[in-house]
This record gives sequence, structure tokens and C-alpha cells, in this order.
Amino acid sequence: MNQDFISEKLDNGLRIFLREIHAAPIVSHWVWYRVGSRDEVSGQRGLSHWVEHMQFKGTPKWPGSLMERSIARVGGAWNAFTHLDWTTFYETLPANQLEIALSIEADRMRNSIYESNEFEFERSVILSEKEGKDNDPFARLNTAVVKAAFSLHPYQNDIIGTDEDLHHIQLNDLDRHYQNYYQPANALIAIAGDFESQIILEKIKQLYQSYPLAVISRPTIKPEMKIESSKEILMYGPGDMSFIQVAYRSPAAADPDFFAYTILDSLLSGPSSLNMFGGGGISNRTSRLYRRLVEKEYAVAVSGGLQATIDPYVYDLSITLQPLQAPEIVLKKMDEEIEHLLTTKVKGKTIDRAIKQAAALFAYGLESVTNQAFWIGYSEMFANYSWFNNYLDRLRDVHPRHVLEVAQKYLHPENRVVGFYQPETAKEG
Amino acid sequence: MNTNQINWDHMPGEENIVQAKLPNGIKILCKTDYLSPTVIISGYLQGGSILDPSEKLGLALFTSYALMRGTKRQSSRQLYHNLESCGASFGFGASVQSTSFGGKALVEDFPLIIDTLAACLLQPTFPPDQIHRLKMQILTGLQLREQDTVEMASLCFDKNLFPNHPYGTPEDGYIDTVQRIMPRDLNDFHQKFYGPQGMVIVIVGAIESNAAIDLIMEKLGYWENPNWQATPEIPEIPEIKKSLTVFIPLAEKFQVDIIMGCHGPARTSPDFLAASLGNNILGQFGMMGRIGEVVREKSGLAYYASTSLNAMAHGGSWEIAAGVNPANFDAAVSIIKDELIRFITEPVSEDELLDAKFSYIGSIPLSVESNSAVAGAIVRMERFGLGLNYLHLFPKLVDSISAEDILMTAQKYLNLDKLIVVGCGPTPANYNG
Repeated sequence: MNQDFISEKLDNGLRIFLREIHAAPIVSHWVWYRVGSRDEVSGQRGLSHWVEHMQFKGTPKWPGSLMERSIARVGGAWNAFTHLDWTTFYETLPANQLEIALSIEADRMRNSIYESNEFEFERSVILSEKEGKDNDPFARLNTAVVKAAFSLHPYQNDIIGTDEDLHHIQLNDLDRHYQNYYQPANALIAIAGDFESQIILEKIKQLYQSYPLAVISRPTIKPEMKIESSKEILMYGPGDMSFIQVAYRSPAAADPDFFAYTILDSLLSGPSSLNMFGGGGISNRTSRLYRRLVEKEYAVAVSGGLQATIDPYVYDLSITLQPLQAPEIVLKKMDEEIEHLLTTKVKGKTIDRAIKQAAALFAYGLESVTNQAFWIGYSEMFANYSWFNNYLDRLRDVHPRHVLEVAQKYLHPENRVVGFYQPETAKEG
Repeated sequence: MNTNQINWDHMPGEENIVQAKLPNGIKILCKTDYLSPTVIISGYLQGGSILDPSEKLGLALFTSYALMRGTKRQSSRQLYHNLESCGASFGFGASVQSTSFGGKALVEDFPLIIDTLAACLLQPTFPPDQIHRLKMQILTGLQLREQDTVEMASLCFDKNLFPNHPYGTPEDGYIDTVQRIMPRDLNDFHQKFYGPQGMVIVIVGAIESNAAIDLIMEKLGYWENPNWQATPEIPEIPEIKKSLTVFIPLAEKFQVDIIMGCHGPARTSPDFLAASLGNNILGQFGMMGRIGEVVREKSGLAYYASTSLNAMAHGGSWEIAAGVNPANFDAAVSIIKDELIRFITEPVSEDELLDAKFSYIGSIPLSVESNSAVAGAIVRMERFGLGLNYLHLFPKLVDSISAEDILMTAQKYLNLDKLIVVGCGPTPANYNG
């Protein structure tokens, strides 16, 4: 991995990462804030995502319509994302237009205007966004499964929030959240692309140095290392299809277990791509669960999801059943494959294969400047940039014994949540 | 327009795309680029869902998926084992007039991709057990489609906009038509309609063009199909006589997805670029253009509300899509109609036009940032006969469009007396349709 970048920390706590890539006249600028749904309490669920929406409403210097127009008219792309641990805003632009992004992001870090009419409009926009998400029965099952996988940890909350909280959140709640978390000391700037680092570094300093160092208050969160007992969720709905989602605890991304878990994921359900922009994925037809469940016609599809998070989260296995297959039989077949994994050491060549797959996914991600800038900030949110740079080496260090230990530690049937979605007709039957 | 900032060396164009035509008719377009150690393949053959018998809709797509279910020398598992073990991906699909393929690999594994392409095209075996499994997967997808509000609205919209026409029938068919498809149908389809004539292969990435062309020549250069039948022309698109509103109720949903629109220009039509720029102003620029402004920003009615121009080889659609609470269905449709009336009555402002032009030209570098995007651009230029220098000419073409051009194009295609409106989701309480 290329480590040719510079990093700096300003007196107010703002961290800056710059990486020059001169292959194309493009630059991608990201601002990351260490705030996400993990920082929300009951009654305020959905606040971080709502603040993210409000950040597009503008500042005195950059009204919302001017921001939007300035980016669009140079052919730029911009957007924002709220996740469990972070919120991020990005602009990818022609290289000679970087100053637009620098100016907008510096300004809206501290000077956004939250006006009450806009706030109420955005309430209905977010409720509409949630309704669109809830149209998908599998998304509803996933929400219920993740919620059941935690006792207290805020990872149990859906990032978009709950209907109840979204109806009750007030403008001053948003403002308080914004004022607390949108501070240089809680932020990181990552830029990759066709620019000169020293010139851009000076510009960033000029834009941000007047912002004071602030103390960020945040809730105390205790990681939940284990799903204490086996839980089941049964959900019925329209249609003819049945789904199963099984959630096991996954380790924090900075935990050494994460790398052995990555091998497990690749082995069980095919490798998860962590690239956000470009790259695409790899099919999973030769994964153990595909062969056991799909090739034996218990299921028509199976997939797995491993995410890089600050605290332990969930590793989920999602199965779309063959029509007429009984969910308990399909689960039993899945368990047989997991049991095999818990009792048999994987071969070294299995690890080599997972490394090759990871190397390919990384190489695909290198095609996009946007993806490269994304990785700098993303890896800093749950670990640090060296996590990304050393990723393949860490995978190479994984020993078959370690994969077995991690499987036994995390994939125990007594420590998981199983969610079933079945057609209404199954309930009647 | 200032185009000085665009790095033309990186743009795909006549000067950096190496072309070759094999004796059997296969055309190869290759652009070498060492940005990353990867290679992309993308391309198509003639023949798609237009060839589906009406009682077996979905046959072309089914056949394309089935190509990787086993060949004379390798089982499906072996094919996928080879690909997945090196982190490569490869697959087939089909649209109305063509069967497409695409994949990517690290450069050292490029020969594997070409081997896979050749084996699947020349020697598929369609093993019955694999075809049965694949059929169950396709049927499951169709069952899921029946519960998807966006998909169902789109299906109904196409059916009503293009009645009894290949553009109005789904490439993936219907449950009953797919159930009728048997392994011998796939074999027959392959025998009749797969051949090198009109096939295009695009390669982009860290490989010398001549090496790529030599390899393709070795694996596919001698492919012939004496039984090959040409794809028929797309029939005339039937005219819409009057506007129509359809609501598809789906239980236990929370949002209504709306698709509304009219016929649009073909990709090769002289109207296309004016319609495209107009579409940008109407429902894409910034946060979804004028439609996004009135439906989302000013009314707070929807998370998404935007427009799209789906231009195909012989026609297309100009669509508006939005997702709203059922109680807001009528209001959203009404607001969108008002905005359409404004769009076909008044010319867009000079500022709006300039914004859209700058946006189009400025976005060129971003649009060809990755090898995949470059391959996609080359495929489009070739498929629609735009010429391989199209991206170089694009700024001048964009610059030549006037507000009057956009108004005339909008008036030609967007007719509220011939507007198809489809909603799918929970039935609005006040809906009288």
C-alpha cells in the first residue's frame, strides 16, 4: 500500500491527511466527524442523521442553494453519510475547483443556520426516507435483529431513528448536537488527488485556525463483547418469500481478531468489500454456505456482512429460502456448516485465497480517487490509517489456529440472534 | 465554455483506443491504462429479449445467466472457483437487443477472464440440475419483485408506455413465462442467436493492447455459428393516445413510489442532447433540479424526487420518480404536473442553461475516473454509433444547445395529455382511481 501522504494536527485539534495522486485531474475532499448513531440516547434517535441533512441548508456565506449550485456547475459530486460511529461529507471535483469544497466545509463546520421551517420540512423528508426503507421487509427484519443483538449499547438503534423520536425531536436538540460535535477537535479532513500538499495545507490552516479548541461531551458507552444468550425473532408479512438473518457478535475493527474474522467471512459467505466507491464485489458461489445451502437447494441466496466499527458490532448471515423449505431445516443446515468450522482447522491455502481476494478488492478500489480519500478518513474513524495500509500484511499474519479460535469465540449458537421473516400464509398454516 | 482544465490524455478517444476486427466479425476496442493493476472487460453480442417468444418472456436473460452454469470442460463450481480464488468477477446479462458481459481481474489473471468468456460462449452445456436451480433463483427474484414498490411501478409504467412492444416487456419475464422455460429452450436460443457477428469486446486497464487482442484472437477468433440468425429491428413505438393513471396497491408498505412520464428521444436522436440538458435542469442539477426543489425542498413531501431520460437505440422514456407518504400522493403528482407545465411553457433561464452546460462539461473527468467507467463510456460510444471521439466533441455539442432547443424538445416529448402516471404502495385514503 502506498504510504505517501502527509498528516498534521492543528492547535484546535483538527487533523489533516493529504495524499497526492496525480493520475487524473480530480480531487476528493472529505470531512469526517466522530459522531453517529452511537452518540444518541433514547428520545433522540436519528439526531445525527438529521443534523447531516440540515448541513445542506447553508450558512450566511454559503446559502444551501449556492453550495449546491457551486458544486454542480463544475461537474462535481457531493454527498454525506451518517453511520454508527461517524458522519462524513465529501466533494469530488475537477482538481482546479478544490477551493469550493475547502471553503464550504470549513464554513459549515461552525456556521450552519438551522431555521425552523427548514427543520420541519426536513422532518417530513426524513420520515419519507424511513418509509421508503421500511417498504423493504428484509430491512425491517435487519433492524429487529440488530436491536436484539445488544442490551444497552446504542449500536442497537437504527441510524435513521425511530418514528417516535423523529416526531418528537426539536430544533434545539439538533442545534445542541451540531454545536457539540461539529468542532475541529472532533473532525478530520482527508483529501486525495491532484493537488500540491503544502499549498493546500496552508489554505486549510487559514480557513480553520480561527476556530477554538473545544471539549466534546459524549455519552459513556460500554462495549458489549458478547450476545449473552440465543434469541429468536419471528416476523410475518405479505408475499411468498421467507428469509433468515442470523447475527453473531463481530470484533471491533482494531481488535486483532478482526483479521481472522475477515478470513472466516470470506470462507463462509464470500469476501465482504469494504470499498465504498468503485471496485464492486466478488461473487460467492464457492463459499461454504453457498455450497451447503444454495447448491443443495435449501436457499436461493446467501450473503454475509462484516463491518469495521469502533466497538464490537454484528456479523450477519442473510439467507433467502427456497420456496417451501422449512426455515428450521435451513437453519439446521447452516448450523452444520458452522459446526464444521468450529471443529476443523482451516487450511493455509484457504487463508492465501482470502488474501488474494482482499488484494484484488483493494486494487479495484485504487481506481477511484474518491475511494482512496474515503479510506484515509474511514480507517481513522475506527482505528488509524495504518490499519488500512497494513491490512494485507495483517491478513498474511493470520494463522489457521487463530481462525479456529476466533470461530469458536464468536460463532457459538448460544450467542446469536436469529430472525425469521415468513409469509402471512405460514402464520395461518 | 472553458475546457482547458480537462486532461484529454486520460479521456478515451480515437488516439488512445486501439481497434481491431477479427475475421469472424468480433470488434475489439482496447485502452491501456496503468492507473491500477487491474483489467476490465465489457461488451455485448447481438440478440436480447426482443427474441423472447411471448409465452417464454425472460428467455434471453435466462440463457445469458445459464452460460456460467457449466461448459464442456468445466463445471459451474470450477468456473467460479477459478474466478473467486483470484478475486476476479465475471458475468452475463441481457437487455432488449443485446446480451452483455463484464468482469474484472488483477492484470495477471486477465487470461482467465478471456478463457471464461470463450468457454461460456462457445461451449455451454446447460446442465439440467444447474438450470433447475437457476430457474428457482430467477423465480424467487420475480416473487421479490412483486413486493417491491419501485419495481412494480416501473414495470407497469413501461407496459403502459410501450404497449405490446419489446420496450414494454420485462427482460426478466413473468413468473408464468419463466416457469415454461426448459433447458432445451436455452440450448436452442444459444444455437440460433449467439454468434460473433456484431460482437464487441472492450478492454481497459494495465495491459498492452496488442497482448489483449492476441489473446482474444486465440480464444475467440475462430468462433463461427453457421446457424446464427440476426436480431430483428425494433418495431415502431405505438403512440400514446391519452393520459392514464394507475395505482397498484401493495399491503404492508409505508411509502408510495411514483413513476410518471412520456416517451423520450432515442440515444441517437438529434433531440437527445437538448432533452438531456433539459432533463438535468428539470430533475437532476444539484439536489434533483426543479422537481427536487418543489417536491423535496419547498414541500418536504419526499426523500427523493428526480427525473431521468432513458434513451435506447430506437426510442426511450422521459420519467419522473418520487417516493411519498400515501397521504401526499395526489399533492406530489399535482406539484410535478405544475412543474412540467412550466417546463414546456417557458424557456429555461440563461443561468440554468449555463449551470447545466458547465456541469456536463466539468463532470467529464469524473465520469471516466475508473477503468470500469472508461469501459462503460467506450461501450456506449460504440453501441450507439457516437464515434470514439464523442467525449472530445462533447463540450462543443453541449455548448451548441440553446434554451429554445430545450423548450422545443420538451414540448415535443412531454405532453400532459399523454402522461402515464403509476403509483405503487399503500392505497391513499383519498384515492378515487
